[in-house]
Order: sequence, then C-alpha cells, then structure tokens
Amino acid sequence: MARTRIQVPATARRDEVVEIRTLIAHTMETGYRAGSDGRTLPRDILRRFSCRYNGELVFSAELYPAIAANPYLAFSLRVDASGSLSFTWEGDNGFAQTESATITVT
Amino acid sequence: MTPRRRIVAALLWLGGWLPAAAQTDGATRRSGFDAMSASLQAMQRDDAQNPGMLSVADGEALWRGAPAPGGRACADCHGDARQSLRGVAARYPDWDAIDRRPVNLAQRINLCRTRNQAAPAWPPESPELLSLEAYVAHQSRGLPLQPSAKPELAPARAQGRELFAQRFGQLNLACALCHDALAGRRLAGNPIPQGHVNGYPTYRLEWQALGSLRRRIRNCMTGVRAEPFAEGSAEMAALELYLAQRSAGLLVETPAVRP
Repeated sequence: MARTRIQVPATARRDEVVEIRTLIAHTMETGYRAGSDGRTLPRDILRRFSCRYNGELVFSAELYPAIAANPYLAFSLRVDASGSLSFTWEGDNGFAQTESATITVT
Repeated sequence: MTPRRRIVAALLWLGGWLPAAAQTDGATRRSGFDAMSASLQAMQRDDAQNPGMLSVADGEALWRGAPAPGGRACADCHGDARQSLRGVAARYPDWDAIDRRPVNLAQRINLCRTRNQAAPAWPPESPELLSLEAYVAHQSRGLPLQPSAKPELAPARAQGRELFAQRFGQLNLACALCHDALAGRRLAGNPIPQGHVNGYPTYRLEWQALGSLRRRIRNCMTGVRAEPFAEGSAEMAALELYLAQRSAGLLVETPAVRP
C-alpha cells in the first residue's frame, strides 16, 4: 500500500465549493531512464486517478510518464450532501489503491 | 561550446579567481529556502503538498512499530517523539561516548537499532533510514540549529573547516569558493545557495525523492570531479560537523523541498 495524504474539510455548508487535495507516494518511473547497470528501468507509473462523491464520478485525471514522482492533485468540488468521497489510483503492474474520506454538509 | 563545456569553463574561470573570503556570519546567513521560487516555497510550507511529509508519515509508523515481533519499538523507550525528541536533531552531529567518534542522526538511529533493539543497521540512503531520520528531524522543525558544543567534537570540526576551504577534484574547487564567496550569484542560471544544512533529509526535485546531506555532499563532490568522501568516513563526519556549525541559528525546515 502506498502512503497517501488526503485533505478534505470535515464540514462544509450546502453548495459550498471546497478544495480537495491528494498526495500519493509513487516513483512514477518513466520507462526512459537507465539504471545503475545501464539497462532501461521498466516503466512504472500511475495512469489514472478518479474521485467519486457518494458513488458519482466527480473528478478524474489521466497521468503520463512526464508527471513527477509522488503526484499531488488538487481540485474543487461543490458539495450538496453529506457522504463519502472515494479516491482511486490505478497504474502499471496492477497497481490499484482506494482511499476514502467523509464530509458533513450542513 | 556545448552547455556542459561552457559550465566547466565557467567553473575553471571561477577557480582561478580568489575573492576575499566572505564568510557567512550570523547576520548574513540565508536558508536556501529564500532563493527558491514562490511556488516551490509554497510546496515546502504546505504539509499537504510537501512530498517529504509522506516519508515523515512512514517514519512515524517505524517509530511506533517494533523492528521484530516482540521487540522494542523506538516509542517504547523514547515515548512520544513530539516531546522527547523536540530539539534533538538540531544539535546533531553529536559525540558518541561509547565509540568515541562523532555520529550524525542517521548513524545514531542505526546505533540505537544495533545496541538496543537487536536489529540490523539499515543501509545508508535506504527508505527506512531516511524516513525515520526525517521523522526525528521533523520534531525540531522551527527550532534554531544549535550544534553540540562538546569539546571532543572540536578537532573534527576544525578538520571540517579546513576541508571546506580545501580545493579538490579535477576542477580544483573548494566548497568555500562558491558557497561563501559567490553565494547569491548565479551558476548556469541557477542561484548559488550558501549551502546550509537546516532542511535534511531534503526532498530534492532533481532526485524526485528524499535524500540525506551525505548524498548532497557526494553530488557536489562529483560535480567538481572529485572522488566523494566515503559513507561513514572521518572526512564526511568532519565536514558535516563544520556545516552544522556554519548553519547554526537557522531554523530547522525538515523535510525541506529544494530544486
């Protein structure tokens, strides 16, 4: 399991626009670099990030080899109901990780 | 000329020019943080963005967990790191009374593992060692560096001061030529920092990872085409001691972000 840091405000007013911030530990190996033995290191990157809010897809991103290690993604979200946010990262070598957070909307 | 040739030519030109030694004293010490772009400063300041905080979180897990089932965790002896280790990293490298030599924070962690936890030492630059070092150093964030004043450290510190001023490598440059005399100016478009050690282990964008001060020194030494000091050598310990003294008073930034 990769280490993640997710920032979601614990509470928000109805229809407020909140900022969601995510960070995940990942090498994002490009597949173009040579290792210490001179051979090319195989590509190992995250390819897709998605965020679901009470089951509905609200944000997603495609990631490519030029994206730096430990990708940080932040986005805005208008919240209309209390519930859960789930964050999924998918990548090479069958990498898949899902984390969740809750938000209370008043 | 290729860009690389041009840099080498510039370095050689610098090497031939001996400016009056402008030692960085207390009043003019500047953290490398000040020379960074606003976006990079924001990346370091904001714990949600700072990738070094991922390692700090890893280090906290290592702090609480026993190295082997049934073994003693760091936290079992030292308790809550936020209190027991506040300010500790700011005085390292320190003197080890048993081995009678200066030890840096990473070496102290490994000594603690072999002496008290019956666990093998982690290899230098291993993710575990860097994470735990980052977690321990992070507890001193915001405190001024206060190098240990133990008299046993004085000879090594004096040696470090000499090494800092000594020319070496094919380019025949000394640390002091750039980091004392030309700090604040530019080399190949990049600002030359004063070379302070208040943010280690540091997340360098060039490395795309967290790295130790030793790795940074090796980087600089291969840059002037010298053979880097070996890990655990007396020279490396001496240089680290002097660098900590030279940065005294600057606030600890661990985990710092640098370009």
